[in-house]
Amino acid sequence: MNFDDTPQEAAFRAEAKAWIGANAPKQYEEELRKSSLGRTVLKGANILEVAKAWQKKKADAGWACLHWPKEYGGRGSSPIERVIWQQEEGPFGKLSGMFIIGHGMCGPTMMAFAGEEEKRKYLPPLASGEKVWCQLFSEPAGGSDVAGLRTRAEKQGDDWIINGQKIWTSGAHYSDYGILLTRTDPNVAKHKGLTMFFLDMKSPGVEVRPIKQASGQSDFNEVYFTDVKIPDSQRLGAVNDGWNVSLTTLMNERMSIGAGVSTGFPELFDFCNSLMLDDGPAIEDRNVRSRLANYAVKASGLKYTSMRAISALSKGDRPGPENSIGKLVAGSMVQEVAMYALDLQGAAGVLSGPEDAEIAGKFQAMLLRAPGTRVEGGTDEIMRNIIAERVLGLPGDIRVDKDVPFNKIPTKGRA
Amino acid sequence: MNFDFSDEQKQMRDAARKFLAEKCPPKAVREVLDGKATYDKALWKGLAEMGFLGVAIPEEFGGAGAGHLELCVIAEEMGRALAPVPFSSTVYLAAEALLLAGSDAQKQKWLPKIASGDASGTLALFEGKGNPSPQAIKLSASGGTLNGVKKPVPDGAIADFAVVAARTGSTGRDADISLFLVDLKAGGVEVRSLTNIDPTHGQAELTFKNCKAEPLGAAGEGWGILTQVLDRAAVLMAFEQVGGSDRALEMGRDYALDRIAFGRPIGSFQAVKHILADMYVSATLARSNCYYGAWALSTNASELPEAAAAARISATQAFQHCSKNNMQVHGGMGFTWEFDCHMYYRRANATAVTLGSLSYWEDQLIDRMRKKNAA
Repeated sequence: MNFDDTPQEAAFRAEAKAWIGANAPKQYEEELRKSSLGRTVLKGANILEVAKAWQKKKADAGWACLHWPKEYGGRGSSPIERVIWQQEEGPFGKLSGMFIIGHGMCGPTMMAFAGEEEKRKYLPPLASGEKVWCQLFSEPAGGSDVAGLRTRAEKQGDDWIINGQKIWTSGAHYSDYGILLTRTDPNVAKHKGLTMFFLDMKSPGVEVRPIKQASGQSDFNEVYFTDVKIPDSQRLGAVNDGWNVSLTTLMNERMSIGAGVSTGFPELFDFCNSLMLDDGPAIEDRNVRSRLANYAVKASGLKYTSMRAISALSKGDRPGPENSIGKLVAGSMVQEVAMYALDLQGAAGVLSGPEDAEIAGKFQAMLLRAPGTRVEGGTDEIMRNIIAERVLGLPGDIRVDKDVPFNKIPTKGRA
Repeated sequence: MNFDFSDEQKQMRDAARKFLAEKCPPKAVREVLDGKATYDKALWKGLAEMGFLGVAIPEEFGGAGAGHLELCVIAEEMGRALAPVPFSSTVYLAAEALLLAGSDAQKQKWLPKIASGDASGTLALFEGKGNPSPQAIKLSASGGTLNGVKKPVPDGAIADFAVVAARTGSTGRDADISLFLVDLKAGGVEVRSLTNIDPTHGQAELTFKNCKAEPLGAAGEGWGILTQVLDRAAVLMAFEQVGGSDRALEMGRDYALDRIAFGRPIGSFQAVKHILADMYVSATLARSNCYYGAWALSTNASELPEAAAAARISATQAFQHCSKNNMQVHGGMGFTWEFDCHMYYRRANATAVTLGSLSYWEDQLIDRMRKKNAA
């Protein structure tokens, strides 16, 4: 048991470190390091521009999308090299946020299902960040039950005509392309009538409207489709096989190991180390220590769970299912941490303005953003179902709509 | 990076699991639970023959000289099987204390006997309620004799020798505490068995009356040695707890697959699935913290104090969580003597306090993290 690199890993790390040291936008390092959930905006700079510039610089030097094949804009690296890169990129990795969906989900789906010509055309600019992609799956009537989506695609000559609405589309407002899951046959069971496409987000009939979130920010959008035309050459996979295509997309989402989920613990530990309570330093208070210790072992448990997966990658093995716990644990933890940090501030915990609030309102921002973390990318409940069914082997829930034609499934609860 | 056990260590785990499945089925645990035996003597001998008792004891003292990573994988299996033998008291506490502080003669006297299964030992630290602290140690030592009462002492009624924490000064500092080695069969110690929540592991009261004892380690260094022994034992006990957590999770999962209610396996209800998913989460967090503890233990890393506390807290929480919810998933059957669920619940809650309680280790963890932060 050791934490040492193999000689090849050490050589790769040294090369990555040297390049990052010479090329990263260091003027933003401190701010990126201090950023936390609900607050990653750079002051005095447009984060999208900074992120795109960094991604392009990486791509030009061959450091973008490391695990992708070279001909599609990647480096052809091993999974462990990708992890080493992420470790060395450190806070600058936070600039990759706007590319996560494109690189982690859209790209791999294109690689698996697009034609060779399309792959060579669309993947390199996706890798370099010159083109940003989004994923158009969720709908008002299909969130956790994504196969319940209603956006229609109807064949008209060599084209498909799209009508409907998507929701919770991250980054649609700055995306150039998207992958889109549609219903092509409402007369069969819901999983059997779906088809996947990719499309130009500038196509006539696409309208993007930002959603004002409960936190007051707008990271997500509603996307409306009115008679949007997509050529059949942009279909991914067979007609009515979209569900299987989407499973590839979602599988890739879970393969991204070592990306590091935010727990809020380092921020809370730092805060408690300097906070004075009425009767002394917070860090010497018995209750505070107990709470901190409980959060500490969750945070370290996640860290070392990820190390175990990285070790498997290093040996060339597939990581075990342990990593499926990350989002579930971190999502609710960051919310609890934020609530506790406010509690420690007493009545002043209510303040969120940067001038008056403790540490510029960091925990207040975290608190208001946190409910989203327990929903986005699979709710806590869906994550528990996944662990129970795929890891523990428990039977799937009984699905009353499984063999019912989609257009016969009830659409209303209480009348 | 190789943050995992080696193939050889995994083979040893498999061998231990196979051996314990055969020699230590629940029926054997119940012999001790029901008071028909104080511990499983045949199992103890078998563990010695497999080389498990002395796996981390150097060859010059009769052990296998393998190491602490090997001991971790065996500890996990011992916890999984609820082995009713004085393994933790003898191997994690007494042997570790001897290895850390014993003279060559003391090691020669006891370690080969531990490895061969001819002697078991324990640590006599606590004196009634409370957590490890120098102030709580009242038992006095003067002129090589001990006077005072220790309880609870794990496996104290069957141990052949004990490492005893005693007061040798009254300055109010850690240096007031020294360790002694006592042959419990040589007279001067009254032993009383105590009823406890986990009868598969005995607890005892030891009363020392002018009992002859030899120093273990230098005078005044007892507290420092004890702290190290407790850290090392915390990692090893955490592996037992993780083994128990995994088994409790499996039992719950298996029952949820087999038990039909409302016309379907109860494991298809999300209310039950989510309980089991959460058990998997806590067992996984604990296992990962334990691996870090194992690394720190096996390399004598400066991170050991922090790693040990984290492993201890995480594994204690996981075992309590998994064992109580295993009973919940079993419903009414889980609350019968006949089903094995309660044996895990008992062990989980006993191991949660016997090395110092959760709140004690929480306190330790934060102290240690602060020290590291300041450094």
